[in-house]
Amino acid sequence: MADRPLSPHLSVYRMYRYSVLTSITNRFTGVVLSIGLIVLVYWLMAAAEGAGAYERALGVLSSGPFKVIFLIVLAAFSYHLLAGIRHLIWDSGRGLERAQSQRSAWLIGIAALLLFAGLAWWTHLHWAAGAAGRP
Amino acid sequence: MSLRSPLGRALGAGSAKEGVRHWWTQRLSAVALVPLAVWFVVSMLSLPSHDYATVTVWMGQGWTAVFLILFVLTAAWHSQQGVRVVVEDYVHNSGTKSLALALVTFFHAVVAVAGVFAILKVAFGGAV
Repeated sequence: MADRPLSPHLSVYRMYRYSVLTSITNRFTGVVLSIGLIVLVYWLMAAAEGAGAYERALGVLSSGPFKVIFLIVLAAFSYHLLAGIRHLIWDSGRGLERAQSQRSAWLIGIAALLLFAGLAWWTHLHWAAGAAGRP
Repeated sequence: MSLRSPLGRALGAGSAKEGVRHWWTQRLSAVALVPLAVWFVVSMLSLPSHDYATVTVWMGQGWTAVFLILFVLTAAWHSQQGVRVVVEDYVHNSGTKSLALALVTFFHAVVAVAGVFAILKVAFGGAV
């Protein structure tokens, strides 16, 4: 086992570094979006089933717990989109210097918060309009 | 020291350039998902209502159905590749890992097929 080169074990790294935080957050938000994909397909299948099944699914999807899930998915989307673009820029060989990467970490963190705030506000307007239009 | 396997040395075969496939397709799907995911989220939030009539009419429009199918397929593909790496990194028992990777692949295949089926059924007017 040890006669081939081994990567240093995880415990040698300082885990509070910004690079560790942005990396694990990108991974975590990706998994959250994978779960969101299940909700999307559930919604699509309900629409394919017909009006009755769709109304039942909409009842489930507009319940309190699902509103929380939608907000979590929107937050994950906001971060994963921007962090993914940052990764694609890195892949082109740009922005890899430590100072640039620290700056872009802050940039995507703040931009993701702003994007999420905007999307959450837009979603809130939808929910408010939906609640008003409901009999 | 050489990192080549004894079999590889005996066969004298070089790299088939397959090593970067996962890396490359993960990036390719990421690039495609930037416009597709933004389009999907903006579309969902732009719909005046999410009731059955509004949603099925929207889904039935030609380009909506096409981009929705592209979005579901690309998202399932990208998700499968991402979750695969997570399993590879955190599941260390080789039996459990193989089982988990198989389940991840099957699960994403179901998600992709169900999504495409549902969109096509609505688009072709099969859902009444």
